[in-house]
Amino acid sequence: MNREPTLTRAPETTAPARRRSPMAAVLLTETRLFLREPGSLFWILAFPTVLLVILGFIPTFKEADDNLGGRRVIDLYVPVSVLLAMIMAGLQAMPPVLSAYRERGILRRMSTTPVRPSALLTAQITLHGAAALGSALLVVAVGRVGYGVALPGQLAGYALALLLSVAAVLTLGATICALSRTTKAATAVGSVAYLAMMFTAGVWVPVQAMPDTLRRIVQLTPFGAASQALDQAASGHWPSWAYLGVVALWTVLLGLVAGRLFRWQ
Amino acid sequence: MAIIEVNGVRKTYAGRDVVDGVSFSVDQGEIFGILGPNGAGKTTTVECVEGLRTPDAGTVRVAGLDPIADHDRVTQLLGAQLQESELQAKLTVREALELYTAFYPAPADWRPLADRLGLADRLTTRFAQLSGGQKQRLFIALALIGNPKVVVLDELTTGLDPRARRDTWQLIEEIRDGGVTVLLVTHLMEEAQRLCDRIAVIDRGKVVALDTPAGLIRRSTGSTVVSFVPSRTPTGPELDRLAALPGVASVTPPDPAGVLVLHATDDTVTPLISLLAELGVTARRLRITETSLDEAFLDLTGQDA
Repeated sequence: MNREPTLTRAPETTAPARRRSPMAAVLLTETRLFLREPGSLFWILAFPTVLLVILGFIPTFKEADDNLGGRRVIDLYVPVSVLLAMIMAGLQAMPPVLSAYRERGILRRMSTTPVRPSALLTAQITLHGAAALGSALLVVAVGRVGYGVALPGQLAGYALALLLSVAAVLTLGATICALSRTTKAATAVGSVAYLAMMFTAGVWVPVQAMPDTLRRIVQLTPFGAASQALDQAASGHWPSWAYLGVVALWTVLLGLVAGRLFRWQ
Repeated sequence: MAIIEVNGVRKTYAGRDVVDGVSFSVDQGEIFGILGPNGAGKTTTVECVEGLRTPDAGTVRVAGLDPIADHDRVTQLLGAQLQESELQAKLTVREALELYTAFYPAPADWRPLADRLGLADRLTTRFAQLSGGQKQRLFIALALIGNPKVVVLDELTTGLDPRARRDTWQLIEEIRDGGVTVLLVTHLMEEAQRLCDRIAVIDRGKVVALDTPAGLIRRSTGSTVVSFVPSRTPTGPELDRLAALPGVASVTPPDPAGVLVLHATDDTVTPLISLLAELGVTARRLRITETSLDEAFLDLTGQDA
C-alpha cells in the first residue's frame, strides 16, 4: 500500500471511457452469477426434459387413449413439462435470489450508486424468464425428436401463451419475494406455491383428465389456464382468449401487488 | 468550505425520535467523525446524507444538493460503505470492481485502486471467500471507484483484528490526503481520536458535543488526573483544602490501597505540590495523566463505563 496519487480525481481525459451501459454491465454480471448456480440450472433447464424422457419410458404413455380424445399421455406431458420449467424458474429458483439480495443489503449498497437497485431485480427476472423459455424449447424439441410429439400447430398462439405464462410465473415469484420478510420465508412460501402450481398445471394429473368441477376451478388459476392455452395451441388451434385473459389478468394483478409491496431494505 | 451540511434533521420510528434535531457541517478535506454509543442514531443520520432515508424534518445538502431530490448527482459525488452490507456471494473481486466502474460516468481506474488496497492478488476470489478485512477493503474500493468528493464510512473497522484496523486507519488518512472528504461513523474512541479532525458526539439522537478530539477532552470535567499515595491519611479539612485548589473537579479520598485521586487541570499541579509541602505530606507514586477520549465520551454521554 504505497502512497500514489491514485485516489485523487483523475483528469477527465485519462478516465477510462464507459465501455458498456450500467444496465448491460448488471445483466452481464448477473448472467455470470446465474451460470454459477448448478442447482438452479439443473432444475430449470434439465429437469423438465429429464422428466419427459423418463415418462416416455412407460409404454402405455405412448399409446393413444380414447379418454384423452385419442391422444397419448406423452402428448399431454409436453405442455406440462413446459410449465414445469417455468414454475422451477419463477417459484423455486428466483424468490430466494431476490430475497437474499434484499436481506444481505446488496440492493441497499446499490442504492448509493447512480444505478437504481431495480436494475438488479430486472436482470434476475429477465434471466429466469429466459432460462424458462430455453428449457421450454428444449422440452418441445426432445418431445418431437424422442417421442414424435407434434410441434405446436398454432405457432404464434403457442408463443403468445408461452410468453404470458412466463410473465405470470415471474410476477408470482416476485410477489412471494415482496411478501416474505426473509430468504428462508421466501423459500418456504415459494415451495408451497410451487406445489400448488405443479398441481394446477397438471404435472401429476393432466388438467384434461381431472373431474369436471375440479377442472373448472383449476382453469381459473394462472397455470391451469396456461396449461389449457398451451394445449390448444399445440393441437393447432388459436388458444381461447378466455384462457389467455385469465393468465394476463393474474400477471397484471400479481405485478401490481409485487410492485406495491416490495420493500427495498 | 462546507461540503456536507446537516440542519435540524429529525427522523422518527414508531413514535421514537431516533434522530432528534441533528445539525453539523463538514468542511472539504476533513475527516469528520460521528461518535456515539450503539443505537444513538449515528447510522440513521448518515443514511440521510447518503440519500437512503428521507428526513422527517430538517435539510441535508451534499455539495449544495439534496440527496433525495438530486439522487443521481449526489450518488456521483458521494461514495458509501454501509454497515452490514454484502455483495453477491459468488461475485469475484474483479467482477465487483468492473461492475461498479460501469455505474459511474467518470470512474477511477480500478487496477491501481485494487493495488493500493491490497486486493491485487484477490481479483479472482469470490466475495464469500474473502476475509473480513478484505471485504472491508473491497467496500472501500467500491466507495472510491466513482471518484467521489466525499466518502461515508460506517463502522468500517468493526470486526477487524487490531492489525487490520491499523492498516485501515492508514488507508483512511491516505484517502483524505488524496483530497476526499471523509465522514466516519464509529463507536471506537481510539479510532476517532487517531483519525478525526473534528467529532460530533451523538447521544440519544442529539449532538451533545462538536469539537476537535483534543477540545472534547479539554472540555470534559477534570481532564487531568492526578493520583498519589499520601504518606499519611489527610484529615477532613485537609481534603477540603485539596478540593479548593484551582481547577479541581473532584477529590476521591484514599482507597484501601491508599491511592488518592484528583480530577483536575494542568493548572492544579504546582499549587498541589506546594500545598502538600505545607501540610508535610509526601506524595508517593505520584502519577499525572490525561483523561482519554473514552472518559470524555462517557462524561458527555452520561454513560457508565
